[in-house]
Amino acid sequence: MNNTFTQIHTVKFQQPLHADVETNHNPAFEVRFEADGEIPVPQVVIWLGSGEEQHVVQGEQIRKGINNTYVATVPANLIPIGDHMLQVQGCRKLDLATAIEPDWVKTSKPLNIDTPSLTTQQLLARRFGKGPVRPTEAKPIPAMVRVTVNGQQVVVEPETTILEVTRQLGIRIPTLCHFKLDSFNVEHRMGSCRVCVVEVEDRHNLLPACCTPVVDGMKIKTNSLRAINARRTMLDLILSDHPKECLTCEANQSCELQNLAHEFGLHKVLYEGEQSTYAIDLANEAIVRNLDKCIMCRRCETACNEIQTVGILSGVRRGFEAVVAPTGEKSLADTKCVFCGQCVAACPVGALSANNRTYDVWTALNNPRKKVIVQTAPAVRAAFHEAFDKPAGSCSTGKLVSALRNLGFDHVFDTDFAADLTIMEEATEFIARLNKNENLPILTSCCPGWVKFFEHQFPELMYMPSTAKSPQQMFGAIAKSYYANKIGVNPEDLVVVSVMPCLAKKYEASRSEFAPGGIRDVDIVISTRELASMCKEAGIMYDSLPESDFDNPLGESSGAGVIFAASGGVLEAALRSASEWLTGETLANVDFEAVRGLSGIREATVTIGDTQVKAAVASGLGNARRLLEKIKAGDASYHAIEIMACPGGCINGGGQPFIHGDTRILEKRRAAIYAEDAHKPIRKSHENEYIKKLYEEFLGEPGSEKAHQLLHTHFQKRDNL
Amino acid sequence: MTVAKPIITNSAQLTEFTAQTRTRMSDVTKINILVSMGTCGIAAGTTPVLKALEESLAAQNLTGVKITRVGCMGLCHSEPTIEVVDTASGKSVIYGNVKASHAEAIVAAGVHPAEGLKVIERGWYYPEDEENTQDAPQARIVLRNSGRINPEDIQEYIAQSGYQALCKVLLEMSPKQVVAEITDSGLRGRGGGGFPTGRKWSFANAQKPKEKYVICNADEGDPGAFMDRAILEGDPHAVLEAMAIAGFAIGAKNGIVYIRAEYPLAIERLQIAIHQAREMGFLGKNIFGSGFDFDIDLKFGAGAFVCGEETALIASIEGKRGEPTYKPPFPAIAGLWGKPTIVNNVETFANVCAIIRNGAGWFKRIGTTGSPGTKVFALAGKINQVGLIEVPMGTSLREIIYGIGKGIRNGKQFKAVQTGGPSGGCIKRDQLDTTIDYDTLVLLGSMMGSGGMIIMDEDDCMVSVARFFLEFTLDESCGKCTPCRIGNKRLHEMLTKITQGKADMQTLQKLRDLSASIKDTALCGLGQSSPNPVRSTMNQFEDEYLAHILEGKCPAGVCADLVTYSINENCTGCAVCKKRCPVDCIRGEKKSVHVIDAEACIKCGMCLSSCKFNAIDRK
Repeated sequence: MNNTFTQIHTVKFQQPLHADVETNHNPAFEVRFEADGEIPVPQVVIWLGSGEEQHVVQGEQIRKGINNTYVATVPANLIPIGDHMLQVQGCRKLDLATAIEPDWVKTSKPLNIDTPSLTTQQLLARRFGKGPVRPTEAKPIPAMVRVTVNGQQVVVEPETTILEVTRQLGIRIPTLCHFKLDSFNVEHRMGSCRVCVVEVEDRHNLLPACCTPVVDGMKIKTNSLRAINARRTMLDLILSDHPKECLTCEANQSCELQNLAHEFGLHKVLYEGEQSTYAIDLANEAIVRNLDKCIMCRRCETACNEIQTVGILSGVRRGFEAVVAPTGEKSLADTKCVFCGQCVAACPVGALSANNRTYDVWTALNNPRKKVIVQTAPAVRAAFHEAFDKPAGSCSTGKLVSALRNLGFDHVFDTDFAADLTIMEEATEFIARLNKNENLPILTSCCPGWVKFFEHQFPELMYMPSTAKSPQQMFGAIAKSYYANKIGVNPEDLVVVSVMPCLAKKYEASRSEFAPGGIRDVDIVISTRELASMCKEAGIMYDSLPESDFDNPLGESSGAGVIFAASGGVLEAALRSASEWLTGETLANVDFEAVRGLSGIREATVTIGDTQVKAAVASGLGNARRLLEKIKAGDASYHAIEIMACPGGCINGGGQPFIHGDTRILEKRRAAIYAEDAHKPIRKSHENEYIKKLYEEFLGEPGSEKAHQLLHTHFQKRDNL
Repeated sequence: MTVAKPIITNSAQLTEFTAQTRTRMSDVTKINILVSMGTCGIAAGTTPVLKALEESLAAQNLTGVKITRVGCMGLCHSEPTIEVVDTASGKSVIYGNVKASHAEAIVAAGVHPAEGLKVIERGWYYPEDEENTQDAPQARIVLRNSGRINPEDIQEYIAQSGYQALCKVLLEMSPKQVVAEITDSGLRGRGGGGFPTGRKWSFANAQKPKEKYVICNADEGDPGAFMDRAILEGDPHAVLEAMAIAGFAIGAKNGIVYIRAEYPLAIERLQIAIHQAREMGFLGKNIFGSGFDFDIDLKFGAGAFVCGEETALIASIEGKRGEPTYKPPFPAIAGLWGKPTIVNNVETFANVCAIIRNGAGWFKRIGTTGSPGTKVFALAGKINQVGLIEVPMGTSLREIIYGIGKGIRNGKQFKAVQTGGPSGGCIKRDQLDTTIDYDTLVLLGSMMGSGGMIIMDEDDCMVSVARFFLEFTLDESCGKCTPCRIGNKRLHEMLTKITQGKADMQTLQKLRDLSASIKDTALCGLGQSSPNPVRSTMNQFEDEYLAHILEGKCPAGVCADLVTYSINENCTGCAVCKKRCPVDCIRGEKKSVHVIDAEACIKCGMCLSSCKFNAIDRK
């Protein structure tokens, strides 16, 4: 059990008397803290300003004093004057005190829980005998809160929820409706399933741990019989209104309700009764809604309305019939749903699932008259192996290719190749607009969720997105023309299958403009999860798979194609090519670090020749909306913007293996993608030999008439209701 | 009658204006005929009576006689009702069940009771205006003006010391003093929970944000309850004035009345009242020259019971789905649009002006120590005199049922009274001497609720009663939390099984356990109290549950599946029942005792209702 507390203090370093005026840095100073027992590896971390940079003080710089007091010495000229976070790691108990020279500490919180009314200075004076006490502008120190959990007393910051306190203590209270995405600062605190109720002394009702902030003196019992009975009853009731068809459910073995029932050891449903039933909605290519399975956790609402601001889902009807649905209980197909699938990713059960197309793939693979080729999107390789219980953090590209070959695809190609192609067209378009200084900023349009979003919600900005098709559709168009011709197959007999991290791609492939002459460029789209289930069905053993390479000519890609998987990647890829084309010089460093990351909106100014290119990246449609509103209001202007519908980009797509709220997995997928890029011999799209060949043999040059005919598209205004 | 806007910047000017208004009104009126024109009165047929009165008045050519359309007098059992008042002496006579044909006699008789008409004894007094010399059981503070003034004429309200409390507060008191006065009065929330109003105000008062809100909860939805409607229809200004006082006390400039759209007349009268108050400068900018601004808007509820819960109500005003959110944060800290908000019920507000005018000490002398003041109840069910009553806290149930309500209908036995509506519980015969206040009712497993009081007699099956109330909460649950959405459905299914005789003792235990779990875990007050009728009937009338389960009998003869019809020796063999029976299950020769085939009987009760000889038994 890890009950180590990490206490964070906000510290403002005032202009000190002895400050180095030239460097504006602090002189050496000491941080003192106390612990309840001996700390094995004492450590003080100072996060500078925005939190980007940190200084760790440890080892010899920390001396142990008497009674488990520690003194850390921070060297001179290390810490600039300003607001910083100071984190003392390794304190077993939270009643520690952090001491900094009173002369130049402006505020520090929180400190001593025994005497919360004392200011820092008074406290320090008392504890360390420093004096005299100076008048202070310090804000009142928020009182720490002392609570007892199952007889164990802990001290925590105010506003901490019971759930957070117990998790810090290593006690796991079951939750179902609660959902927290740390990397995106999103918490779904509905408090509606009541599976997390605990007993609190002197309260006549049980309280939901997920949304009850602790108050001083609270005595919490997580495992009293009353709480256990109530939690079991809640789960029993949910199961009583839930179809018991786990074996044939899309969410089998990834279902949080199933897991809870297993953990609770619930073997019989006590309160059986009528079950609510609703019509199944499968009128669209991407998402199936089977609300008989809905447990009213409402996570999908938060995903749709708060994170994505698409705003179509809401609780409807009352009482036993209450359920989540679009307004007027319309089918998703008749709404402004963008099919991003974030609702599916948030759904703890099988109420929302992908429109499964695996059987169509089996049928095609077993049709001797068809040539079946497959493309696999950049983000798939960063998560495919997770479906086989392998840890996130590496790419499974080689095994993925082998798995696809084993399934029987005639040729295994890479969407990354098409991503390079997208860059050729998009960067060309960008340079043209930049040179004419018109229709700026250019917005990326590789993401079908984002495309449908602006078609519904920002039709007035429809001149901004690049007309270049997405990599998936470029691949399809080239496969059914250039490639079909090359191998002498009638396009009608060539089946293009896509493996995508995305559900909106299923919808995108079905758009009528992507089926010239009634022949779809991309015939079948399956998600990463669907591919994994096909492999399992086919008895493919992940561990035994050899590493192998994609086929050519549509399988070669640069590192620029790989990073399409992460938010910021498309923009970075475009900048790599655009800057070389504009300046005619080779880039010294292809890594545009400023545009990388999981945060919702990032901005960067990139110098290309004489031009300062202002770029922005947004992921998550809510962030996209905020950015676009700023542009509309004239509060911001850019030259180029990348937008991805899913927070963090395609690595977090609605078709990826479920992360169940653990955003650390996304961080790992992201790292894996950039590592793959770094190891690629070619890292710029325009240096991809097969791309060059494609233009030489077939397309002419980027932006040519033929390229426009095959690789560009148009958008249409859609209803915003 | 339009009067120019008075310029009132101090209390003396308002007092003078009040006096002038009174004089002007009494000068022209010697006899005032008050016609009950609440929704209930109109439904009972007051409109033709009013027309007849006006015609009689014109025909008899009387001067100094005025007809005033007033709100509800509370005498539902005798609507349409009319009160004739001698304005000089204050003497009056109340007539019940008035017909248009009585108009002439009423106009002619003045305050001397007209012959042949039902005269009703006034069972109440007005603590603010008079001593209780007649030992009347009812005391009207909240209903002081309801049934006495024309709610559509602000001058009549002013003549009753209207807006003096607001004037006093704005010109002579600080917000903290107002909060202290209300706190000191011991006024508790009349919406049901009984939370101390002054404390709620003090929380909001202490909040820093400049933007705050005062909300009046007029989303009255308990089955059979109509207290708030009567107040708003009969005396809307009392609520508006109190909201402005609350606004001053907490530092809010905006008030909202959240009223259900099914109350069109209350809405209309509120709109008129707000308009008139603005015209007079009692709402709007710089009220009484104090620098205090306050205005009130109306928001219409779409008929969801759960929107009476304050957080759901706030969500509904914000345009969201009307469902409760978890507290904390409490609305007084973060309510409407995230700003400090107080939500008080109509009846709570209706007490405020009287407290300010007369002081907390005066208020505390009425009622009990823990629950000062009065409570309005809507008496309904199997009682002789249904109606709207207002009694001091501490009045006994016996006094209400047998004194004011005049006992049980048709000489039947009293069985139980349900207080607190679907969230409350039932109280048995042996507890009739219980005095009513917040705390005693909770001890009895019931609650005060908003004031519905449903009387049941020996013909009521308590299992069916519990099932009825649960059906209501099941329909009205927002469906957000598991225990209320699914738990109540299961309770309802189990109760249905019991009423069908299909339950066993395990069902009873499950019913008990699940009720306890729902109470323990539900998210909002509605959910937490939803199993109360089940728990309370199970505790008080366990024998009835056992009779259903163990003997397959419904002692009250209500549950159709458990009732058998048979024919006794009173049968004359007239064969009427045989002809009426829709399934032909009655056999017998003419003029001899008939027999019902219990197997084939569908228990429709046609035989019972058609028999003239008391020969059909239902057991």
